Amino acid sequence: MDLLQFARGPALTWAATVFVFGITWRLVGILLLQRSPDFSEARNATSWLGAIKLIVTRSWPRREFRQRTLFAQSVGYIFHIGLVIIVFGFAPHILFFKALTGLVWPNLPSAVINLTSAITLAALIVVLVRRLSHPVLRLLSNFDDYFSWLVTFAPVATGMLTVAHFGARYETLLAIHILSVALLLVWFPFGKLMHSALVFISRGTTGALFERKGASI
Amino acid sequence: MSTADIDSIHPLELDQPRFSVKNPAVRYDKQGELPDVQRVELAMRAFVKDFGAVAATYLESCIHCGMCADACHFYVATEDPKYTPIWKLEPFKQAYKREAGPFAAIYRVLNLKKKVTVEQLEAWQELIYDSCTMCGRCTLVCPMGIDIASLVGLARHGMNQAGLVPHELWAVAERAQREGSPLGATPKVFKDRCEWLADDNQVDIPVDKVQADVVATMSSIEIMKYPDSIVATAKILNHLGLNWTFRSDGYEATNFGMLSGNSAWQQEASMKLIHATIAAGAKLLILPECGHAYGAIRWQGANIYGKPLPFRVLHISEFLAENTQNGAIKTKPLDKTLTFHDPCQISRRGGAIEAPREVLNGLGVVPIEMKDTRGLNWCCGGGGGVVTIHRADPIRYKAFQIKMRQVDDTGAELLVSSCSNCRQTFDDGQDHFHWDKTMLSLLELVADNLEEK
Ligand code: SF4
Ligand code: SF4
Repeated sequence: MDLLQFARGPALTWAATVFVFGITWRLVGILLLQRSPDFSEARNATSWLGAIKLIVTRSWPRREFRQRTLFAQSVGYIFHIGLVIIVFGFAPHILFFKALTGLVWPNLPSAVINLTSAITLAALIVVLVRRLSHPVLRLLSNFDDYFSWLVTFAPVATGMLTVAHFGARYETLLAIHILSVALLLVWFPFGKLMHSALVFISRGTTGALFERKGASI
Repeated sequence: MSTADIDSIHPLELDQPRFSVKNPAVRYDKQGELPDVQRVELAMRAFVKDFGAVAATYLESCIHCGMCADACHFYVATEDPKYTPIWKLEPFKQAYKREAGPFAAIYRVLNLKKKVTVEQLEAWQELIYDSCTMCGRCTLVCPMGIDIASLVGLARHGMNQAGLVPHELWAVAERAQREGSPLGATPKVFKDRCEWLADDNQVDIPVDKVQADVVATMSSIEIMKYPDSIVATAKILNHLGLNWTFRSDGYEATNFGMLSGNSAWQQEASMKLIHATIAAGAKLLILPECGHAYGAIRWQGANIYGKPLPFRVLHISEFLAENTQNGAIKTKPLDKTLTFHDPCQISRRGGAIEAPREVLNGLGVVPIEMKDTRGLNWCCGGGGGVVTIHRADPIRYKAFQIKMRQVDDTGAELLVSSCSNCRQTFDDGQDHFHWDKTMLSLLELVADNLEEK
């Protein structure tokens, strides 16, 4: 079995298995914990509306915080949108998803993907530099923050190299790219990348609890 | 240190703008004689005990984006990263991952998260108590929607069990538990005060009526520092012709058990009010101008009672708003410009945001709003028990400057709020900075301007 076969075969399969089981374990581990009943007289009975409201509105900064958080949030948005465009807009990726699910959708032109990849990498570098230099972020950051950054950065970088046929044989580059994705999948359930699922649970929880009281959300 | 030492070691200081115990010459920030290992164990057990799906969700969700720092007055005023809200919970996050999270076994086996030490907890005391008012402003900026303030509340349970509460906060909480009030407002003192206030002001102040439709309560700060609030409450309730009473078995609504993290003391204080209201056969319990008292009874009371409360609970501002809107309270118009400071626990976290504004409208005033207002207001810096802690004064004054700027920017003539703890924090800040603004009470403003029937 050559490297590419290994990457496409066992590596990806095992990574996907860890990904699925890890996510399930972590979510079930949180969601199955007890929730105490609330006997206080609700100010608003429709607390689920608050959950939806917070899930939606917390996606952009409030006027009061904008000045201090706009830069960080903008860079965050740039690389998140960039990742979505690359993962779901690039023709070979769509073929991969088609093989997996049977679903197919139109792809974006390569030039768009290339530009997006460059912008995403640049944004990720800005994020890293900020994490290393901002006193608050430096204090908060731990292994998870840096490793999660690495496993996000690597697939984009190796993907660009693969498309450009740069630095090694195409097959080798592709294998490395796939392995970097496998690494991302394996790490996903254990670290902060899980925020992509937890964001809804966490925002929804606060939204519902606070709406019940009429508290600010 | 034993309980018996409390009066000699922790004498009250009631002649300063801020009421607390005197600045201790020697600090006792560690209570009891427990060995250190046991302290940590107790802290962690208490933290994990109250741990449900909500707290776990929060502790799992942080992405270390640091944005919460930008919402916290203690960080913004100092730019010191240790005041980043979520950092205040670091040992507890660490303990959660190691002891309770879904991957706890992996963290333990590989020792990826170290065991929390007593030194760590002692170092964090300043962050969990001195520099967090549990105001919840950070909750509103967090992109993950994590309610950091409620986690600080849980962490305080742990710290309390470990005997690691700041000297002054422990002392006032202990006094409250022993005497029924943190500032010496014992039932006897309260009754005496009501009597002389009634005489001095020619107003009827019923105490311990056997049956009443409404039970009113006060905060110890009002009883000891702002007794005019007692008179104001009586004037308004009499004006409305209600069958009401104070009860000497449940008059004091502050809850220092809650602020210091002692669940048993919290429960006892809350149950006093609940039992007193039930004993009077009342349908309504009115909470005083006190922020945390509102959270303690309005939102936590029924859960402590274990079932829905058999009476309504209103903050005095909500009560005034209801009766202003239905026309029962009529006031003379106030010919002044005015700004309103939202007490965090009543507005942002309590949901009674419009009530004070409706009361002010009744006084013919539309408040000049501060730049960040209603649920987004900046905390005065004294909530959560912080104002009692002398060690926290320097950082509290720094945070207070944000508030002063906000108030000054409105150009309003009067400054009003509906929390006596905010009020004493403002009094103390005014004294410290020789500021020209005096905080007024919404309740007293209404009482002073009642239209004679
Ligand atoms: S609750 Fe208030 S004081 Fe505490 S960390 Fe959050 S913003 Fe700061
Ligand atoms: S804002 Fe929320 S997600 Fe960001 S560091 Fe603070 S607690 Fe964590």
